[in-house]
Order: sequence, then structure tokens, then C-alpha cells
Amino acid sequence: MYDIVKKEVLSPGVLLFDVAAPLIAKKCQPGQFVILRIDEDGERIPLTIADFDREAGTITLIFQEVGHTTRQLGALNKGDAILDLVGPLGKETHIDNFGTVICIGGGIGVAPVYPIARAYKQAGNKVISIIGARNADLLILEKEMAAVSDELIITTDDGSKGRKGLVIHPLQEMIDAGMKIDLVMAIGPVIMMRSVADVTRPHNIHTIVSLNPIMVDGTGMCGGCRVSVGNKNKFACVDGPEFDAHQVDFNGLMARQRMYHDHEKTERCGGGSCKCNK
Amino acid sequence: MQQVKHKMPEQAAEERRRNFNEVALGYEAETARAEAARCLQCKTAPCRQGCPVEIDIPQFIKHIKDGDYDAAIDEIKAKNNLPAVCGRVCPQEDQCEKFCIMGKKGEPVGIGRLERFAADYAMAKGREDKAEIPAEVLGKVAVIGAGPAGLTTAGDLARMGYKVTVFEALHAPGGVLMYGIPEFRLPKTIVQQEIAALRKLGVDIQVNAVIGKSYTIDELLNEEGFDAVFIGTGAGLPHFMDIPGENLNGVYSANEFLTRVNLMKAYKFPQTGTPVRVGRSVAVVGAGNVAMDSARTALRLGAEKVYIVYRRSEEEMPARHEELEHAKEEGVEFRLLTAPVQVLGDDKGWVKGIECIRMELGEPDESGRRKPVPVEGSNFVLDVETVVMAIGQGPNPLVQNTTPGLSVNKRGNIVADEAGATSKEGVFAGGDIVTGAATVILAMGAGKKAAAKIHEYVQNKKTAR
Ligand SMILES: Cc1cc2nc3c(=O)[nH]c(=O)nc-3n(C[C@H](O)[C@H](O)[C@H](O)COP(=O)(O)OP(=O)(O)OC[C@H]3O[C@@H](n4cnc5c(N)ncnc54)[C@H](O)[C@@H]3O)c2cc1C
Ligand SMILES: Cc1cc2nc3c(=O)[nH]c(=O)nc-3n(C[C@H](O)[C@H](O)[C@H](O)COP(=O)(O)OP(=O)(O)OC[C@H]3O[C@@H](n4cnc5c(N)ncnc54)[C@H](O)[C@@H]3O)c2cc1C
Ligand code: SF4
Ligand code: SF4
Ligand code: FES
Repeated sequence: MYDIVKKEVLSPGVLLFDVAAPLIAKKCQPGQFVILRIDEDGERIPLTIADFDREAGTITLIFQEVGHTTRQLGALNKGDAILDLVGPLGKETHIDNFGTVICIGGGIGVAPVYPIARAYKQAGNKVISIIGARNADLLILEKEMAAVSDELIITTDDGSKGRKGLVIHPLQEMIDAGMKIDLVMAIGPVIMMRSVADVTRPHNIHTIVSLNPIMVDGTGMCGGCRVSVGNKNKFACVDGPEFDAHQVDFNGLMARQRMYHDHEKTERCGGGSCKCNK
Repeated sequence: MQQVKHKMPEQAAEERRRNFNEVALGYEAETARAEAARCLQCKTAPCRQGCPVEIDIPQFIKHIKDGDYDAAIDEIKAKNNLPAVCGRVCPQEDQCEKFCIMGKKGEPVGIGRLERFAADYAMAKGREDKAEIPAEVLGKVAVIGAGPAGLTTAGDLARMGYKVTVFEALHAPGGVLMYGIPEFRLPKTIVQQEIAALRKLGVDIQVNAVIGKSYTIDELLNEEGFDAVFIGTGAGLPHFMDIPGENLNGVYSANEFLTRVNLMKAYKFPQTGTPVRVGRSVAVVGAGNVAMDSARTALRLGAEKVYIVYRRSEEEMPARHEELEHAKEEGVEFRLLTAPVQVLGDDKGWVKGIECIRMELGEPDESGRRKPVPVEGSNFVLDVETVVMAIGQGPNPLVQNTTPGLSVNKRGNIVADEAGATSKEGVFAGGDIVTGAATVILAMGAGKKAAAKIHEYVQNKKTAR
């Protein structure tokens, strides 16, 4: 059992948990994730390690309540425990001094970007971060991102905070202004990552994205997380989750993410007895 | 003397094809004793050479005949930590029973069925194993993977007096026994009870521990104080065919399909959290045990039509005969000498069919089997909503990639000798990770040999010090 030692509401439907997991906290690196199972009947779901405290032996998970399991998780409180937690899984981010790195986080994607941006900064890079959300209420980790970035740009779809527009707009401007960009790291909804890739591709700017296909085991055993990268199937849980954005088949990924969408709806919510509001 | 085995009571095909309860119901005591009476108690016991864990077969059968079931299970457990499992899933026809004298004229003695009987008897009675664990601790051994290979090594070493920690990546120990072989062939409560018996021997099982990530082998040896490591990580890497349409929604590897249903209990969704989708018709590609298990699982999930698509003929099918018969009785349809060419999808990215081509058998290939060759222009489409790829598994590279000095062959399997020693000092391996996908009992046999070798290694090291 893994104790929840802290719970915080970051924005409506977005929660932060600190979970006691000393072994994972000792080993994990930016870019890695865990898979958890709340209870005996639960499903295994992957969540990125958004932060870690090696001394305290805790890891931070930040998640959005989107469906059954994340809602069930959100209903837990400090003092409750999670049955299973395995990790760190996936390959760690390749951290080096590249020069100027743009870190882009969209929505809940800011959470996984944060430890990566911090590591880039510590490695001596100039870090420019662009974080975006639909509106000001949904924006997370602004202070934290500001602390690890040389420059922080905020965008909201409705203009309620920062610039009105999408995260790709400031990126496009920097490119158009002729800024030398050595690396772009983008994590967020698949549509966002796809548009970032579209923006950087014509300029040959090396771009990395972190993919979130549906997973089961997270150890390379089931192949459910396969995505086509450079026309070859890769298992995101062991070969990734980070890949060269210009090689990823984003449309295929989006289609596969919807695999259980209707099934969850009809089977679970058919009677309308559950409270999941889908 | 009766020339045929006593029949195994079974759930009727019509009924069982829609439920997940066990198909074979097990002998009653009376039948077991009658079957045991068929054994000739051969002095040379040829049956024993077919058992990789060397159970004293005539002896345990004699105890059953005499009605002393406690003595029977003690005799079995002296060699086999998982008798309730082996009695059910061992391919006995290729192992012990293949060598049985009775098989010369009629059918061999039902050794597996009797083993199952004794094991089930002990479990029903809640009987504790008699095992005297030496007081002195001989050393500390880490076992990677809680499949049959790892569990056997762990049990044997614990009995000798070692402190054993098993590290398992998933949330439940058992390996393929838990995630692969379906409930209706091997109830999961039975697997867990056999594992509980191992825990009683003092074996510590750490789940949610992925070696290569949580710890490396070198860390286990150099920092965590283990005297030796046994690797039994199995053949868990699913193969795909590399044909167009394989990433459509509705295409599963057998591993994913079976894991969702067995380990995650998707057949109880939404009471359980993990969904699985079968649709009305399913094509399973392949014809081994894994394919039969997938096809029969699909039926039980409510599919109306389930096809086995296999490029060779029935003769070459690698599945156990019994499983093949069960699948046929339950209504699985066989499309033999048929190979998939591509999976077809609808405009929403869902499987709507599988295009196949007919094959005919040509010249024998290196394996001696006649090689199937496609018949030009014979393409046709099977309308299915789900495709399960059951064409084999390879070794998962996680441990090998993080363990310098560990030799692997060109297929990625760890190289180990008969006794389980690898190229790296203090590291031993056995089971599917060494041999490629094989059987439960071969993995257990390898685990047993490795346990003996590990004991020798650790004691030599200690006296040398
Ligand atoms: C490597 C990785 C890291 C992730 N990190 C985070 C994170 O830090 N924070 C966060 O909020 N989310 C993260 N996710 C996504 C998270 O796993 C899903 O939101 C969660 O599994 C949804 O489960 P559910 O039962 O609540 O929703 P469901 O009702 O099952 O599904 C709702 C929708 O979520 C998507 N989904 C379902 N299951 C998965 C799954 N296993 N993986 C990905 N998407 C899925 C589907 O699009 C589905 O339509 C990550 C995913 C991956 C693969
Ligand atoms: C569907 C199916 C049906 C089968 N039917 C039969 C049958 O009827 N009869 C028969 O004899 N055989 C059958 N087999 C084959 C048999 O199950 C295997 O040969 C046997 O389980 C191999 O045992 P193992 O211990 O080597 O590996 P496995 O059973 O594969 O166990 C390996 C374990 O190691 C764990 N692991 C892997 N990597 C790591 C890591 N890095 N860190 C920690 N843990 C790790 C895995 O999660 C797994 O639990 C079947 C196989 C399948 C897939
Ligand atoms: S363990 Fe398997 S091979 Fe050995 S006696 Fe039992 S059924 Fe036969
Ligand atoms: S070979 Fe057959 S008959 Fe002879 S001892 Fe073994 S089981 Fe009995
Ligand atoms: S989640 Fe199963 S292989 Fe990646």
C-alpha cells in the first residue's frame, strides 16, 4: 500500500497528490512515469512523475479527472492509500546542455514538463517555457514553471490570463523572429503536440514529445501502447514515452486512445446510476 | 484391466462456452482410486524420465490407490511446488504419460489427472505442507519474475534454508499462470493458493518491482546483499505480423487480450475497471495453446463467431490435442491453410475485416514441416470486428539491457548452461527467458536445476572466503 501524504486541488478537476514511495523516489528521473491501481478491482493507469523528493521518499502525481479511474482517485484523501504503484517506468529524458530549449506544456501536460524543464535549467540551458490552458482557472504550476525558466509565456484560449491563443503562437513568433532554438520539448493533448510538430518540422528544429497511449502493464508485455514512429511500431512504455515528434503518427495515436471511449460510456453509464457525468 | 483412462468429468460444451468456470471438473475419489489401480507399479518407472521435476510417480499413485491421499501429496510436493497447476496444464501426453508402459497397448495412466486429484484434495482440506526449514540461514538469493521458473527456484532454495526475495513486475505473482492461461483452464484462486504455500515457506514476494528499473541486477548483487540472482522473466514480448492495419482499434496481441481478461478480470467489467472489446466476430491468428486460449476466451466474452486463422494444416498445429478438441466442441471455426494479408478498417479506425490468402503445402522447410505457400489470387475477406495476434512471443529485453556482462543469443534469449549458469558470475537463468516460449513444467525443471546450482555456487563462495 502506498500512502497519500498530501492532497491539493490545483484547478477544477486537476489534483496533486504526494504519495509515499521511497524506492521510486530514490530511482526516478524526469520523463518517467508510474502505473497505479487503486484497489483490487481497479484498472492500471499510467501517470507521470511530476516531481519527487528523494529525502522524504515521496513522488508527486498531478492528474486530471477525465474518467472512471481518475475520478475514483480524485475522491481519495490524505491518509488514504493506493493498492499498487509500480515504477519508475519508461526511459528518462535525455538531459544535456543543448543551448536554448523551449519547453511547452498544454493543460495537464504542464505537470510532466516541469521536472524536465528544471533539469534542462540545471544542465545550463537557456529555458523558455510556454504553458497554456483553456482558461486562467485551469492553468497549473505557473509559479513552479517561472522558477525554473529564464522566460515564461502563458497562453489561454479565452485570453483570461496571459496571451489569448494557443501555445504554438508564441513558438511560431520566436521562429519567425529568427531565434536560434536548439530543442523543443512539448507535452500536452495529442492535438497540441501534433501542431507543435507541424510548426517546427519545416525549420528542422529537433522536437520531442511525450506520448500517452492506453497502457496495461507498462513493461513491454502487452503491446497495447504501440505507436507508429518513423513507420515502425514502438511500445511507448519501454521505448518511450518520449519520441521524435517529426516521426510520430499522431492520428493513429489519437484513434487508438479512443478505443474504449464508447465502451466505457455504454457499459458503465448505460443505466445512468454512476456519478461520472460522461 | 481397463485399457483407457477414466474419463475426466467436464462441463458440457454448450454450457461452458459461455462461462469462465473451469472446464475439467476433476476426478471423484472413487474414480481416482480406480485410475490409480491401472498403474502397474513398474520397477523401472519409465514414466519418471518424462517428468522434468522427477516426481516419484508410481509411489504417489500407489498412495492414491491405498486411499492415503496425504502421503500422495507429500510425495508429489517433495519434488513439485505447484502440483495443482501441473496436474491441469502440463502437456502430459508429451511428458510423463508419453513414457507410461500402459500407453503401449492402450491409454497411459492418467498421471496428470491423479496429480491434480491429490493437489485438490489437499487444498480442499486446507492442509499445510510438511516442510522443515533449516534454522541456519545459508544465504540470500534474489529471484526475478514470479512465473513457474522463478517460483520453483524460490521454493527449492527456501526449503534448503535460503532467504529468498522474488521481484515481480506485475501486481500479482504467477507469471503466465496469472495473466495468460485462462480461468476456465486454471482457476486463479488455485494459482494463488499454491503461491500462498510458498510464502509459508518464508519466500518473500515483492510485487510491483521491475528489475532493470526498480533495481538493476548489479545493484541487487553489490548493494542489496544478495549472494546470487536467478532470472526467470519469461517470454513476454508479443510479436506482431507487420501487416497493414495492425494498429487499428480492435487488434490485440494475445498477451494484451488475455491479460485484460485474466489478470484484470475484464469479463466482469464494469464491476472491475478494465474493459475489453470483442464484438460479434473475432479472428485469432495462430494455432498454439495461446491461440486456443484466446479463441475460447472470445467465445466466453460473447462473440458469436470465432475463427482460428492458421497458415498450415491441422497436423502442424502446435496446440495440445485436448485444447484443440475443446475449442472445436465449443464451436470455434478453423480456417486452415489461410494466412492474413491485411486488417481492414472502417472510416473511424475500427477493424471491420481481415483479408486472407489461401495457402497450400509445399516442400518441407528446415523444421521438417511442409512449408505453406500462398495461392495467387485466392484472397478473401473474413468479416470480423476483433483480431487477436497469437503468433508467438519473444524475450523482454529489460533485464538484459541493464545487465552488463550477461550474454544473450541472436534472438535475445539469455544464454545459460544446463544447470542455469549464465556468462555473469552469480547470475543464473531459466525458463522461457532462456529457451523461448515453452511449457510450465520445463520452466519448473529449469528452476529446480538452477536452485541446486545456486546452492553449490553460494556455498563454494562462502567456503572460499
Ligand atoms: C505515460 C503516460 C503518462 C501520463 N501522465 C498523466 C499525468 O501525469 N496526468 C494525467 O492526468 N494523465 C496522465 N496520463 C493519462 C492518464 O493515464 C489517463 O487520463 C487515465 O488513464 C484515464 O483513466 P480514466 O479511467 O480516468 O478514464 P477513462 O474513462 O478510462 O478514459 C477517458 C479517456 O482517457 C483516455 N485514456 C483512458 N485510459 C488511458 C490510459 N491508460 N492511458 C492514456 N489515456 C487513457 C482515453 O482517451 C479515454 O477516452 C498519462 C498517460 C500515459 C500513457
Ligand atoms: C496463453 C498461454 C497458454 C499457455 N498454456 C500452457 C499450457 O497449457 N501448458 C504449459 O505447460 N504451458 C503453457 N504455456 C506456456 C507456459 O505458460 C510458459 O512456458 C511458462 O509460464 C514459462 O514460465 P517462466 O517462469 O519462464 O515465465 P513466465 O510465466 O512468463 O513468468 C515470467 C514472470 O516474470 C515477470 N517479469 C518479466 N520481466 C520482469 C522484470 N524485469 N522484473 C520483474 N519481473 C519481471 C513477468 O511479469 C512474469 O510474471 C502457455 C503460455 C501462454 C502465454
Ligand atoms: S509434473 Fe507434469 S510431467 Fe511431472 S508427473 Fe506431473 S503431470 Fe507429469
Ligand atoms: S510407467 Fe505407467 S504403469 Fe508404469 S509405473 Fe509409470 S505410471 Fe505406472
Ligand atoms: S503497456 Fe503493455 S506493452 Fe506497453
